Amino acid sequence: MKSTVLKIISYLALAGTIIPSLLVFFGYMDLQVNKNIMVISMVIWFLTAPFWINKKEEEAIE
Amino acid sequence: MKKKGIVAQLDSVNEFEREPIPKSKLKGLKSFIGMYAGEHTAGTEFVIGPLFVAHGVTAFDLIVGLLVGNLLAVLSWGFLCAPIAVKARMTMYFQLEKICGTSLVKVYNVVNGVMFCFLAGSMIAVSATAVGIPFGLPMPSLSDMLPNSFGWIVTVFAVGALTTVVAMFGYQQVSRFANVAAPWMILIFFAAAIAVLPELGVNSISDFWAVANEKIWTGIPLQGQSRFTIWHVIFFAWFANMAMHIGMSDLSIFRYAKKWQYGFSSATGMYLGHYFAWLASGILYALFLQQSNNSAEFAPGVVAFNAAGIAGAVCVIIAGWTTANPTIYRAGLALQTLVPTWKTWKVTLITGLVTTLAACFPALVMKLLDFVAIYGFLLMPMGAVIFIDFYVLKRFGLSDFYAEKAGLKLNWAAASAWIITLIIGLAMNQLMGIEVFFLGLPGWFIASAIYIIVSKLYQSKTYSEIVVP
Repeated sequence: MKSTVLKIISYLALAGTIIPSLLVFFGYMDLQVNKNIMVISMVIWFLTAPFWINKKEEEAIE
Repeated sequence: MKKKGIVAQLDSVNEFEREPIPKSKLKGLKSFIGMYAGEHTAGTEFVIGPLFVAHGVTAFDLIVGLLVGNLLAVLSWGFLCAPIAVKARMTMYFQLEKICGTSLVKVYNVVNGVMFCFLAGSMIAVSATAVGIPFGLPMPSLSDMLPNSFGWIVTVFAVGALTTVVAMFGYQQVSRFANVAAPWMILIFFAAAIAVLPELGVNSISDFWAVANEKIWTGIPLQGQSRFTIWHVIFFAWFANMAMHIGMSDLSIFRYAKKWQYGFSSATGMYLGHYFAWLASGILYALFLQQSNNSAEFAPGVVAFNAAGIAGAVCVIIAGWTTANPTIYRAGLALQTLVPTWKTWKVTLITGLVTTLAACFPALVMKLLDFVAIYGFLLMPMGAVIFIDFYVLKRFGLSDFYAEKAGLKLNWAAASAWIITLIIGLAMNQLMGIEVFFLGLPGWFIASAIYIIVSKLYQSKTYSEIVVP
């Protein structure tokens, strides 16, 4: 359950990395706002992804 | 007490350098996908993409050339390297020792280890261009070969120390970090490039091709740079990792693979990293050139920061780091054959120091395309020797693993293949004017032919004396 929540948050962070750039490209967002969202997304990704991204591999090794 | 704990932990890192990998330690496909995607979406991508722009490649030549060259690279991993790796399950260095003998392997490993150190050094230097931004570090320019400030050296040493410490804990830690960082890094490359397209004049998808030709890959090299054609792009993309696929260095990686088909997992690295990331970083550099009035400054960290802010700069740092880690690890494995009794972490520590010293020289970044090509060509002949030894020698009635079976410290057939190929390559370069990017293909056939011919002569003299009791 915890892992699923973390996964969803991580994927949202990835979406926060790419979607604002598309909005900038289509003229719906300012480049500076995009840069700020990218930083926030980065922090969220690195706070959440390590808890689930290697988990299957660890279980297989155990 | 704590210190003892760390040393014990480091000592317990067993990478099976001199024994086949046990079945229980084999890794799944996901591990390789993450490893390759992470390793090839790396700090050097922030250099290579811009250098293609600097060398005046046209948009068509780059897009088609990379498609073809990267396909050839994936096929080289899939059909040449991985099948041998899963059958033998040995490091490249241990396998080479059985073929060439300890003396030749020691020479080869020094060359190999030093090349890996230089390569990892360029990645650390790339990271340093991002780390130095908040400190107002003066950045190197395209013509810089030596360190341009004390601050640069301090920054490089800070990045190098951190990279080395992680590499000391072995492949497992490297793979785990690469797995976490890879998806985010790849998206940063894409996102940054997409977001800056309007600044270059691309306001809809239909604008892209015209702007690509007029403002990004214009076909006109920057001052002092040679012009690249589609052939440069194809052969560079194919041979950018020549030491690893055709040169067989990645036997050390794929020996952990459950199936030989995992060799094709390299496609993640080639097409995400060496295709889209090179295109993306070229776009970012074109914007930097436009905004800076064709400045000679060449700092990937600054380029990424301009386009994607702090996230871009952090991406350059992490991208450099995740590539430098496995490269230092590989260099450590190479140099460990000189001192097999040393623990891996001790060798890696020394390797990291050499790497960091090399990273202080911006020449490694500015001449990266040439260096990568030379490094691949230098190591490639031994890959040909391994391939021929594994598949071909027995068909000629010759013995494989000859040095081991004959108890030789130096197999002259392998030594001849290596040395003569390099001499012929040098002659082709100096006398015939063939650029280093194009030497790898004929070089492989030359090395293979020399190894077979000299083995035939050499083994007929010594084989009966040694093998027949």
